[in-house]
Amino acid sequence: MGLLYDRDTCTGCMLCPKACNFDAIEKDGDKVKFDLDKCVLCGSCEEVCPVDAIKIERKKIDSAEIAKYKDVWTFCETSDGRLRSVALELVTKGRELADTLGEKLTAVLIGNNIENHAQTLIHHGADRVLVVDAKIFADYTTDAYTIAMTSLIASRKPSVVLYGATNNGRDLAPRIAARLGLGLTADCTGLEIDEARQLIQTRPAFGGNIMAEIISPYTRPQMATVRPNVFKPGEPDSSRPGEIEKVNIEVSPVQVRTRVLEKVSEAVEGMKSVEEADVIVCSGRGIKDPANLELPKQLAKLLDAAIGGSRPIVDLGWLPPSQQVGQSGRTVCPKLYIALGISGQIQHLAGMSSSDFVVAINKDPDAPIFSVADFGIVGDIFTVLPEVIAEVKRVLDSR
Amino acid sequence: MNEETGTLIRDGVPSILNPFDELAVEAAIQLKEKHGGEVTIVTMGPPQAKDALLKALAMGGDKAVHLTDRAFAGADTWATALTLAEYIKTMEFDLVICGKQAIDGDTAQVGPELAELLSVPQICYVRKIDISEDGKQVITHRETDEGYEVVRAKLPVLLTATKGLNEPRLPNIMGIMKAKQKPFEEVNIEKLGTDPDRLGLKGSPTQVRKVFPPEKKKGGIKIDAENPAAAAKQLVEFLTKKGAI
Repeated sequence: MGLLYDRDTCTGCMLCPKACNFDAIEKDGDKVKFDLDKCVLCGSCEEVCPVDAIKIERKKIDSAEIAKYKDVWTFCETSDGRLRSVALELVTKGRELADTLGEKLTAVLIGNNIENHAQTLIHHGADRVLVVDAKIFADYTTDAYTIAMTSLIASRKPSVVLYGATNNGRDLAPRIAARLGLGLTADCTGLEIDEARQLIQTRPAFGGNIMAEIISPYTRPQMATVRPNVFKPGEPDSSRPGEIEKVNIEVSPVQVRTRVLEKVSEAVEGMKSVEEADVIVCSGRGIKDPANLELPKQLAKLLDAAIGGSRPIVDLGWLPPSQQVGQSGRTVCPKLYIALGISGQIQHLAGMSSSDFVVAINKDPDAPIFSVADFGIVGDIFTVLPEVIAEVKRVLDSR
Repeated sequence: MNEETGTLIRDGVPSILNPFDELAVEAAIQLKEKHGGEVTIVTMGPPQAKDALLKALAMGGDKAVHLTDRAFAGADTWATALTLAEYIKTMEFDLVICGKQAIDGDTAQVGPELAELLSVPQICYVRKIDISEDGKQVITHRETDEGYEVVRAKLPVLLTATKGLNEPRLPNIMGIMKAKQKPFEEVNIEKLGTDPDRLGLKGSPTQVRKVFPPEKKKGGIKIDAENPAAAAKQLVEFLTKKGAI
């Protein structure tokens, strides 16, 4: 059992029931008792106990082994030869972590004919780029990419490896973690180095209702997938020096047990991707009818914005899944986010609340979306929006 | 979330079969209806997870296995995958289908980790599953960031299910009655026979150091649109001033 409680030492101060996020501790006479079916052994109570009456059994750290691992790595994903934008976000964040540690930043680039991206990664902060370029890596496959990454990691021993939390990144990283017996934290929105030189990985859980700080104290490298669009990519510096190393990794076709037969793009013509747009005009249930999407589309055209939708209207098929913003859709971080007739459920807010600037128009004055809006208008979108469109047009024309 | 104590309110929150797992169960039942075979529902979890297993049986699963023991508690994704793998590797199987992710942790890591520990290939985020005519291969539509790709693999293989795969059926009364008669196995640490140090919190390479409520962004200006034209003007002026337009 993981949790040890010394009832004799306990003073009954009642700090621990308050610290517990899982309602697992309750008053029992002048002491406390634990509901072990609710307890997840997170250690909040242990930390808060002033007399060390609560102990959670943990493994011992082998510091000699850990000292063998150093440097920060980022797995830089390409798609059909194009470098994904999350790669630059990772390199920028990775640079920061490497500087804090006083270590080097290595970017790993795997694919076919992708070497041209190596310089870009150096300009954004990488000290070294490992290029694994071969035909077998042209399409992403779990097996080939896992072999490449585990070979590199096991032989070169980095301390931290970061992946973008894209569909491929979230497919690859856990496979590597399981193979090497490593800790892995999903979908991080915060990364820091603590005084013990550990990677502190912060992520939302329970649909964004709670944030958790996760560490991997006993295993190296410490691995995390990082949510796209949370960290901003830095400005490139074309004078930055860096080393490009080509690495030959042999993968035989029989080792690759899945085959990609066809790739189908669902991007809708003329519709900008919500993940890459600076401005997003996003509609919710308040839009009432798919025909009414004409209004947001007009505004989006004026502002060169992407069209987004909340989960209900995407589920109704009014917009394609690629345009869905929120926890079960895409996480976005534009300069300007305009929410039209969106109430702002926590799952929606989890996907957009790090936008620089949020505008909300909704007729319900109590809609949660207003709690994250920099500018809110309480009113009917069908009367307010045409006025906004006219006004934007007037201002843009006068320039 | 209780704002005063900072704790999660869990009263009245039943243990449910999470939506992505429902897709996985439905897919398994549909494959059985078309190609024959047997559907075993496996979960690791506290006693109340039994409800989810019974629901999956009511939908049409043939038998259920509940891996439950205090020694499994505090498991991260790696230790969860290991516990599942220790049991599943004792079975014969063609396909393991998981939900893409749970709705509490939503890490989407257990599926791929389980695939690795079972030494089978994985295809994650599938929206469509077909079995080849000779019954030896699976052909799937796998969701990507751009759309989807058609991916083929030889059985056995592990799949994770995502939205669009199917519409899970609702169990009917007959199904619910029958579910209680179906084989239901509870497996504890002794029965599993794995070294307890490799499971639960002890076996977990990651640890939760701290949990805290998310920082709340404060709302800014909020105006009433009694005069829509004036409100629009005020908004656009504000955006221009902030450099957002």
